[in-house]
Amino acid sequence: MAETINQKQNFLKGIVKENPVFVMLLGMCPTLGVTSSAFNGLGMGVATLFVLLMSNIVVSLVKSQIPSKVRIPAFIIIIASFVTIVEMVLEAFIPFLYEQLGIFIPLIVVNCLILGRAEAFASKNNILASIIDALGMGLGFVIALTVLGAAREILGSGSIFELKFVAEDANTFILFILPPGAFIALAYLTVLFNKISTKTT
Amino acid sequence: MSKKKDTFINMVVSLLAITIVAGFSLGFVNELTVGPIQKGKIERKINALKLVLPEFDNNPVENVKLIKSDLAKDSVEIYSAEMGSTNVGTAVIGSSEKGFSGLIKIMVGFKPDGSIQNIEVLDQKETPGLGTKMKDDKFIEQFRGKNPSTFNLKPKKDQGEVDALTGATITTRAFGEAAQMAYDIYMKESSTTQSKNE
Repeated sequence: MAETINQKQNFLKGIVKENPVFVMLLGMCPTLGVTSSAFNGLGMGVATLFVLLMSNIVVSLVKSQIPSKVRIPAFIIIIASFVTIVEMVLEAFIPFLYEQLGIFIPLIVVNCLILGRAEAFASKNNILASIIDALGMGLGFVIALTVLGAAREILGSGSIFELKFVAEDANTFILFILPPGAFIALAYLTVLFNKISTKTT
Repeated sequence: MSKKKDTFINMVVSLLAITIVAGFSLGFVNELTVGPIQKGKIERKINALKLVLPEFDNNPVENVKLIKSDLAKDSVEIYSAEMGSTNVGTAVIGSSEKGFSGLIKIMVGFKPDGSIQNIEVLDQKETPGLGTKMKDDKFIEQFRGKNPSTFNLKPKKDQGEVDALTGATITTRAFGEAAQMAYDIYMKESSTTQSKNE
């Protein structure tokens, strides 16, 4: 069955048709929590992409060796190991990003996007399809988080990727870098995204 | 490849194998990263010390003093900087739990006469765009060169002398409290070392 899936479609579905944030609304905790700036969103997205890719690869490799009754604990152990590796590597080599993302890195473990893909896709498909699925879904997540972060940063701090384009003491919509702003920005971006994607299909 | 049956032994073996592999790979990565993490922590501390103290030529991180105090939960770290074996300044880590979102940790550098050389924020969870402005030069500038024995560290709203951050009076209050704590410990510590020397 895996051969019949068009790989290009498999890749693109994660970005547009089944975008994890704007369409499936998965992984809301990191989505709303860390996207106070475009850079944070990008960092969180890339960390999640890495974990998703590795867990999809490993799950699709060992899927036949895991009895189905214990598959969920097995997947969680695999995911948690990769998250811990990401956390240690970030702390050691990119301490700046580690400080920014803080508590949200351990929370990747419970990001339902990753367990969802392991359960719904990688445990049923071969390794190539799983890698492509992870890349598509992960990229969709990265794009969504970066766009959301950028929107909040532009409105909330008057800057993009830390480049300020308003005066130092100008009044900006601070609301948008606070938690309520995350919900508001996410809602409007979701509307916009779905409007555009239904028009084009 | 057919799926393994749900027998008890299969479940135990597969979970055991996964946990063992996971454990070993985590241990391996930990081995690789534990060095750089430690180094990074010390480096950050030295950088903060360089910012809050006058020029020094010893290594303050090596002879750190830890003292217990009723003012803080953990023991307080005190670093003394020397230039040609005379004391040129002391850095004390002050903290306050009364920030808008909990703990605020600052490093305060004192000159030997007790006035503040500079302050550096080490740890904070304040509101971005409001409370985080306490890291800005504009806010910290008003503490430089002031001696807390004559300069009231409380915000003006509480009959102090500090210009509060717009929309972040609680942060300002906690910041002043942390600085005051650092000063109290510094005074206590320097008076005990002086009496020992005499």
